[in-house]
Amino acid sequence: MSQQADRPLSPPVTREDVEHRIALIGAWLARRIGAEQQQWLRDQLDRIGGEGNKTALAMAIGLAPRRLGSALLALDASEAEAAGGQVPGLDTRDWTVDQVGRILFLLASFDGDEAAFVQRLETVQRDGELGEQIALLRGLALFPAPVGLMGIAGEGIRSAMQPVFEAVAHRNPYPAAHFSEPMWNQMVVKTLFIDSTLGPIQGLDERRNADLARMLVDYAHERWAASRSVSPELWRCVGPFAANDYFADLLRVFRSGNAIERKAAALAISECPTPQALTALETAPTLWRDIRAGRVGWDDLQ
Amino acid sequence: MYIDPHAHMISRTTDDYEAMAKAGIVAVIEPAFWIGQARTNVGSYRDYLAHILGFERFRASQFGMQHYCCIGLNSKEANNEELAEAVMEILPGFATKDHVVAIGEIGFDEQTVLEDKYFRLQLDLARELDLPVMIHTPHRDKKRGASRSMDIIVEHGVKPERVVIDHVNEETVQEVLDRGFWAGFSIYPHSKMTAPRMLEIVRTYGAERLIVDSACDWGVSDPLSVPKTAMLLTESGVSAEDVRRVTYANALAIYGQSGQMREEDWTKAAPVDQREKYAGNTILRGGQSPRVEDARN
Repeated sequence: MSQQADRPLSPPVTREDVEHRIALIGAWLARRIGAEQQQWLRDQLDRIGGEGNKTALAMAIGLAPRRLGSALLALDASEAEAAGGQVPGLDTRDWTVDQVGRILFLLASFDGDEAAFVQRLETVQRDGELGEQIALLRGLALFPAPVGLMGIAGEGIRSAMQPVFEAVAHRNPYPAAHFSEPMWNQMVVKTLFIDSTLGPIQGLDERRNADLARMLVDYAHERWAASRSVSPELWRCVGPFAANDYFADLLRVFRSGNAIERKAAALAISECPTPQALTALETAPTLWRDIRAGRVGWDDLQ
Repeated sequence: MYIDPHAHMISRTTDDYEAMAKAGIVAVIEPAFWIGQARTNVGSYRDYLAHILGFERFRASQFGMQHYCCIGLNSKEANNEELAEAVMEILPGFATKDHVVAIGEIGFDEQTVLEDKYFRLQLDLARELDLPVMIHTPHRDKKRGASRSMDIIVEHGVKPERVVIDHVNEETVQEVLDRGFWAGFSIYPHSKMTAPRMLEIVRTYGAERLIVDSACDWGVSDPLSVPKTAMLLTESGVSAEDVRRVTYANALAIYGQSGQMREEDWTKAAPVDQREKYAGNTILRGGQSPRVEDARN
């Protein structure tokens, strides 16, 4: 797949891995749901694993919220550590019990046939109600056949529904690990375009690139030409590539922006590979000192 | 606060959503039905079901409105047997999704043998899944079609108190109420049932088990029928309690039996808060000031 050309090959996800993940998630749920719910869960897993029954999987996924509840998962420190050991970067802080149940049902449907598994997930995405789609996309990093899931991830970021888009883009290790540069750039630009936020994108800083910086600066110019505001977050992905042209834009924001915009511009300028950057920052010594000391960062923009 | 328990929002514009929200409609129910032209394969039917459950619900949320669905094979397309068979296979998977409040809208269109077959099968499905039912009564030969529908519902063991007979008029209302069903009245601007006629019906029969809806779709129809009817009833001296019942409380009572529609869905919906955006069933809170820009993206 040409989309994979510039990403390192991800380690394959084996049947053993899947079984470990089923056990992991099973343990989370066991501590959080009652006996009757456990029984319902077991019954669904039997029906799903047994006959490879499509309707059984669809109904289990559909019924999960009302049978298991929608409480926040809220893993404790040791559970979270074990999870991170299984899947690096897994961030479950916003996850709910029903989402995890749905992910479990999908994992349980895996019988070693990767192509069939991908097709099954495509069906869930195609037929899935909003909550189901969100659960599916949040679970991407847990599933087998990660490369085969790229189409599903792509559909996720093409969604016209913000919460579905964010299920891929936010707190999810999958895009940083698997997206090609063009896909990654589209995702970042779209995040700003739909008034979502860049902060929760995993790997945001690591995957900055020159083409993305160009797209973002072009977008900023478009907004300014229409007398509209530019999100201060935008500059985060511009700094390291702001030699001559873009530097003027950063200076503009640094000099005439409001307090938050000035902070953002200063942070971006502090990553500029040009001597003029230092000159500019020295005109705001307090802010510059705070940035150097790590007291002001991109998470402090509010 | 109003509920419009029969609105084909897939055919309506964002202008309608804005007007409905402004007029005080807090929740809509969108029943699966035929669309402008006949669907010819199960793929488009399936995409339609996914659309009303997914994107349409999201679209409603952008205007601060809660959106629910009825799922079913409609009477018109039941006459395409190959399509009907394929749709019946996928219905259980869709009918068990969140925010599905009933099997519907099902019933008769021309009262053919095939319509009868799939009507009965779906009543059985409703019984198995313990879901309420929304019944479309035919616009032609309505009295007999409605009567037959009620006979078949009872025959298949579905309780009348779990069923809304919709598109009721002066000719059918007595039997619907006598037999213990809920009576839905679709209020159109000029044809079929109008607000002034609804007023007379409420005066005659009282507010018990009467429900007002717009059935708004691609044709000439009014997405503000429910609040406008409420206003007319109020101005004409109907008690506030009775107006509330026919334009809000009765719809909530019958469709709430599904467990998928609760008053707190809209009374406890807070403005969009980024930190809360991901928590379970609170994901789709609409903002208090709907952002039209977002809905267009």
